[in-house]
Amino acid sequence: MSDNPMPAKLEDKLFLLKITRDDHSHIEILSNDVCLRCEEKWCTKTCPAEVYHWEGDHIVVSYENCIECGACRMICPYNNISCVMPRGGFGVQYKFG
Amino acid sequence: MGHEPAEDSKVSSLESSGFATADRTGRNAVTEEGEKFDAIVVGAGPAGSAAAYVMAQSGMEVVLVERGDYPGAKNVWGGVLFREATASVFPEFWEDAPLERPVVDQRLWMLGEDSVVQAGFKTERFGKPPYNAFTALRGKLDSYFAKKAEDAGAYLLTETQVTELIFDRGKAVGVRTSRDDGDLYADVILMAEGVNCFAAVKSGLRADYRMENAALAVKEIISLPEQTINDRFNVPGDQGVTLLCIGEFGRGTMGSGFIYTNKDTLSVGFGAIVQHLSDTQVQPNDLLEEMKRHPAVQVLLNGGETKEYSAHLIPEMRFESLPRPYGAGYMLLGDTAGLVNFMFQEGANLAIMSGKFAGETAVEAKKRGDFSADSLSMYQRKLENSFVLKDLKSLRKMPGFFRSHRQFFGTYPRMLNRIAQEALTVDDQPKMSKGRDLLRVAREERGLSGLARDVLDGLRSLR
Repeated sequence: MSDNPMPAKLEDKLFLLKITRDDHSHIEILSNDVCLRCEEKWCTKTCPAEVYHWEGDHIVVSYENCIECGACRMICPYNNISCVMPRGGFGVQYKFG
Repeated sequence: MGHEPAEDSKVSSLESSGFATADRTGRNAVTEEGEKFDAIVVGAGPAGSAAAYVMAQSGMEVVLVERGDYPGAKNVWGGVLFREATASVFPEFWEDAPLERPVVDQRLWMLGEDSVVQAGFKTERFGKPPYNAFTALRGKLDSYFAKKAEDAGAYLLTETQVTELIFDRGKAVGVRTSRDDGDLYADVILMAEGVNCFAAVKSGLRADYRMENAALAVKEIISLPEQTINDRFNVPGDQGVTLLCIGEFGRGTMGSGFIYTNKDTLSVGFGAIVQHLSDTQVQPNDLLEEMKRHPAVQVLLNGGETKEYSAHLIPEMRFESLPRPYGAGYMLLGDTAGLVNFMFQEGANLAIMSGKFAGETAVEAKKRGDFSADSLSMYQRKLENSFVLKDLKSLRKMPGFFRSHRQFFGTYPRMLNRIAQEALTVDDQPKMSKGRDLLRVAREERGLSGLARDVLDGLRSLR
């Protein structure tokens, strides 16, 4: 955690948020084969909460960091990300909005 | 479904069934079969609460279903509420609504590498009743609107996600929720889910948004002492400023940044078309940071403390591809209907108008006892006869123009800064030769024929 009151790094910004973690993910990668063939790994580049990381041979989905913008379902050109919103009572809770 | 209990008993049966008291897992939630309301509103944002308020005021039995722990918990915007549309549903709301500052000064900043060309309009008139627009924060504002609906008699159900609609012989008759046995029934369903309209899409009410018709915005709330904000933005504490930033920091996306003054915080954000961000392979947070590092922006933010980071999609649909906003037993509202005038950065006012029109339509439909698509088509006509669809129709060519002329977001701001820099630098160069230099800059940046084409194309897009 940064001591900077106005951090530039995303992980420090996400740290500020209240996110209630569900025990199962609201985001699912439909087929890992599609990810293996995907060269650009678009989801790892534009998600504003860096939920998606490529780890050697598969995408790791840090759904507990998701701030529910919904952009990932558009970003994957192969429609390989199934994303719904977390159940009632879970997920991000904005104070300001 | 046959019985018609009084409203009180419905609400108490919802509560006794665990709907209102269930723990956050929702596991205890049980609804009696046959629970039926006059209307279900999905989503307690400005559109949903406006609709629920209008219907409840006319005596309809309304349940307002919200996914968040409280209205606003899941909601994000840039931050400006326009007075006229809001007051058409909630008269004189500024007397008690949780607003930040009335907007008296609207500035456009075209950022160069380390300079800025500015335009703006400021008037004290916008700082007095009835005002023109206010900055506000959704966490508080949405709770205020929902409370208005509750006070009018609507029943607010939080922590409840609607997953899909329930149909009977082609007509929407209810909603399925994330709670166990959480089906609710009504004569009419008003979908105000926002841009992430998963239930509407799943139920086939509209096609989902795609990367080319949505923008992704990120925003930070940065706190500063009220007096510091007043000094830096040159306004007293009861007046506010909106500042729109375009420039090369957007890396050629069709995107813009913004800084809005709240009471003792600033809303600082950047948004661009999802497709452009994805093509450029950038993270919107990186572009926001680039804007924040610009010297003209940095001095406004210095010493601030980040309180919140958020991200949200903004509908940017073409007029021609807007979904039909009604069908048998349902209506689509606000962002779920694609009602955003993004060229003018208007959204919540369109949402509130759609809530008002949908609510009025539902009230009329109830009088007739007819919730067919034909009956609810009144909603479409109300939208068409108001500024909502009139504006989106008359401006329909502009979004396409700017998409294909992205030089307005990067090249032109840079060119204007270079020209201003050259023109305003006082040195030993004769003025005539400076004039030639300015022409040279314009040639380098865009080319004179390119400039002429952009002007002509721009004028054509207004026809």
